[in-house]
Amino acid sequence: MGFNQKDLLGIREISAEDITTILDTAESFKEVSRRAIKKVPTLRGKTVINLFFEPSTRTRTSFEIAAKRLSADAVNISASTSSVTKGETLIDTARNLEAMGPDAIVIRHPSPGAPHQLARLIGASVINGGDGAHEHPTQALLDAFTIRGHKAGFAGLQVAIIGDIAHSRVARSNVHLLTKMGAHVRVAGPRTLIPPYYEQITGESEGSLTVCDSVDDALSSADVVMMLRIQRERMTAAFFPSLKEYSIQYGLTLRRLRLAAPDCIVLHPGPINRGVEISSEVVDSASSLILDQVTNGVAVRMAILFLLVEREGH
Amino acid sequence: MKRLLKGGRIIDPSQHIDKTADLLIEAGRVKAIGPNLPAEGASVFDASGLVVAPGFIDLHVHLREPGEEYKETIASGVAAAVAGGFTSVCAMPNTRPVNDNASVTRFMIEKANEARLAGLFPVGAITRASEGSELADMAEMKDAGAVAVSDDGRPVMDAQVMRHAMEYARDHGLVIVDHCQELNLSAGGVMNEGRYSTLLGLKGMHAAAEESHVARDIMLAKLTGARVHIAHVSTTASVEMVRRAKQEGAPVTCEVTPHHLALTDAAVVGFDTNTKMSPPLRSEEDRLQLIRALADGTIEAIATDHAPHHLDEKMLEYDRAPFGVIGLETALGVALTVLYHTGLAPLVRVVEALTIGPAQAFALRGGTLAVGAPADITVFDPDREWVVDPKRFRSKSRNTPFSGWRLRGAVVATLVSGRDAYNAESRAA
Amino acid sequence: MEFKHKAHIMDAAGISRALSRLASQIVEQNVGMTDLLLVGIRRRGVPLAERIAERIEHLEGQRPPTGQLDITLYRDDLSTVGPRPVVNRTDIPVDVTDSTIVLVDDVLYTGRTVRAALDELVDFGRPRKVELAVLIDRGHRELPIQADYVGKRLQTTAAEIVKVMLKDYDEEEQVIVVENE
Repeated sequence: MGFNQKDLLGIREISAEDITTILDTAESFKEVSRRAIKKVPTLRGKTVINLFFEPSTRTRTSFEIAAKRLSADAVNISASTSSVTKGETLIDTARNLEAMGPDAIVIRHPSPGAPHQLARLIGASVINGGDGAHEHPTQALLDAFTIRGHKAGFAGLQVAIIGDIAHSRVARSNVHLLTKMGAHVRVAGPRTLIPPYYEQITGESEGSLTVCDSVDDALSSADVVMMLRIQRERMTAAFFPSLKEYSIQYGLTLRRLRLAAPDCIVLHPGPINRGVEISSEVVDSASSLILDQVTNGVAVRMAILFLLVEREGH
Repeated sequence: MKRLLKGGRIIDPSQHIDKTADLLIEAGRVKAIGPNLPAEGASVFDASGLVVAPGFIDLHVHLREPGEEYKETIASGVAAAVAGGFTSVCAMPNTRPVNDNASVTRFMIEKANEARLAGLFPVGAITRASEGSELADMAEMKDAGAVAVSDDGRPVMDAQVMRHAMEYARDHGLVIVDHCQELNLSAGGVMNEGRYSTLLGLKGMHAAAEESHVARDIMLAKLTGARVHIAHVSTTASVEMVRRAKQEGAPVTCEVTPHHLALTDAAVVGFDTNTKMSPPLRSEEDRLQLIRALADGTIEAIATDHAPHHLDEKMLEYDRAPFGVIGLETALGVALTVLYHTGLAPLVRVVEALTIGPAQAFALRGGTLAVGAPADITVFDPDREWVVDPKRFRSKSRNTPFSGWRLRGAVVATLVSGRDAYNAESRAA
Repeated sequence: MEFKHKAHIMDAAGISRALSRLASQIVEQNVGMTDLLLVGIRRRGVPLAERIAERIEHLEGQRPPTGQLDITLYRDDLSTVGPRPVVNRTDIPVDVTDSTIVLVDDVLYTGRTVRAALDELVDFGRPRKVELAVLIDRGHRELPIQADYVGKRLQTTAAEIVKVMLKDYDEEEQVIVVENE
């Protein structure tokens, strides 16, 4: 039985067996979310703190609901990174929180490695809710859960990830997860937004990772298409000319989707920019599982909280 | 007062000596080297099984005084130096205020003299407040005791200013030390740009940011005839350019840190901020080329770039933490473990890079056991194993990337002018 | 872990007869079987519930619906139970409200499993009545819980373990008592 750890810091550190354990556990929690009373007493009396240094409604709400459905107490803290300039460091914030005795802390922070540093300093379970451009493991797990619900398995699956690869923690986590599970991942996007050495980040794996020259190459015969959000700040920082050009060259339309396999499913971590990286027609089509991702997010996060807080020997 | 170091392996590259012999010290100077020297009236130190070498010279340390005494003081810094076998250190000017004038230069020397441990040779700033535009009073600082000039921590970005600085320094017999880093190319970077920076989602500083300035400085050195010393060289292309420049007779020297010889950017995985420094840890290929360049003499000196930071400052997010690691007390152990015990460089070469190599780069006295020279001597055991425990450091700071490492090679005693400045047995002078 | 065999309680035929008796008793108490639902407590309660449902079908010509309940998320002893238990699916195919539910489990011991099952059932709705059918009642209750239908009562000591072995999970069908070496 896999996954018996104090923290979930990234997909890079966990094994295929760990991933399977988390997804299997999430199945049970998905069933709980279908009941009239969407609550189990499992984490009653436990405290989960959402420590968000970056604004986020959807991930934070998802964790809050997940904690509450487990009967845990959920507390949201929107810390500002400017509190650092007032003298309080991440470390002090963490220590102060620990003194309040939480069982788990979900942290989202703009600096890569902040969850890892936190996890070394406190006894509570630390869940990485997104650290800069590094990883967003719970997103990749809910994406995998969504894929698993519609495809026979990961081995041999063709997955295309399109967009701002350089700045995307969702892409990094998904690349690690999918290749560990044996899928073949193809990434594409504006050349300025694909970092050098990207194909080497997974090292040896069951699946494969390829950087494609064009979006059409990546989409060809894909079983799963994952579109990444493009941020306006990338435009002003001279990574690409305009949103209009971006949507024409890199956006997913129904026409482009025809290059993929007939039963291809479309995912997006949200929030979506309709008409930019993805057209309204695709968002509203039967291929889109974007809303399923949100539903599955709660189940997967319940599974993670349960597995960490109720870990063996704790 | 006489002291006899008996039966040690005396390695003095400056005189091409490598033999088992006795060394006699009288009145603070080297009196004689030879077999079975007379011991009357002398206190005897049994050096059998140990190496007796000239006191080490570190061309690049940051002692943080004046202005940042909470990280390190000159007193704690020179104590750390002798614990690492260094009898002379060159202190960089990025203090507060910056050492760009004779008063600060004299202050630093006086503070070191009070401590009576390692000798301190200040490096003055190239430009006023190291801001990169107006030249600092180099001649005045030289008269006050500065041995070289540098704006280290920072590069001199303006090539025209650098050209003038080189011409001026040349006229006053000062070496210009440059921290080579194109700030625009490396802006926002916190580690080497490569596979690991892409993996970790951290912004990288490409090797080209260092190399473009190394190339520039070599050309300006040829143009002006100034003595230029490249600080903490870290990439393959940088050492290749220095090698070629030397072959062409250009007046260029350089140094490498122990951490660049021992570690690569793979060490950043895990986000320990004690792997963050500038220039950053590079690739394995770069590391091996640095070792090769040290072994073949392209790099003449091992210099620690000892950069103390308080625990609170380093315990920040990786991209927020300050750059820099300490190195005085681990330099010998790391150098021997990574170079000598792996067979990649002979022991004599390692000693050379810690003694006469640095001395010649900055035209300093020292780095030699010639008769009549001050008895600045380092006695070490090249095979003694020890585990690095930062809590036992003499330095005020603990920011080392080698915590918990098992090293082979340790300082046994450090003598300054014949006096015990450090002794491993008593761990006190 | 080494076990010492202490007693053989039932063989396959014995299990079958006991289940037939439980089925008749359930049908007797619930004449008409209106809104009857058998819910097996995972793991071994599940095949037992299926077999009882089959026997009721033989008797009455009508098979009551069966469901399965995983009580892992409702346990009061999660951290002390040893290796972390695997969470499996709960599946209740009909509306719990106003149902007559017969919970089915292999062994009734401290009563804590049944307490957890009751808590979980109540989260699904408001049953009209809940009864409990067990193959073995081994005593040592820690909560005021009783079985309505019992295959066999045993006197056991705390050191003993009652193993109900079914072909769905084990090689041979039998009920035995063993002790930790």
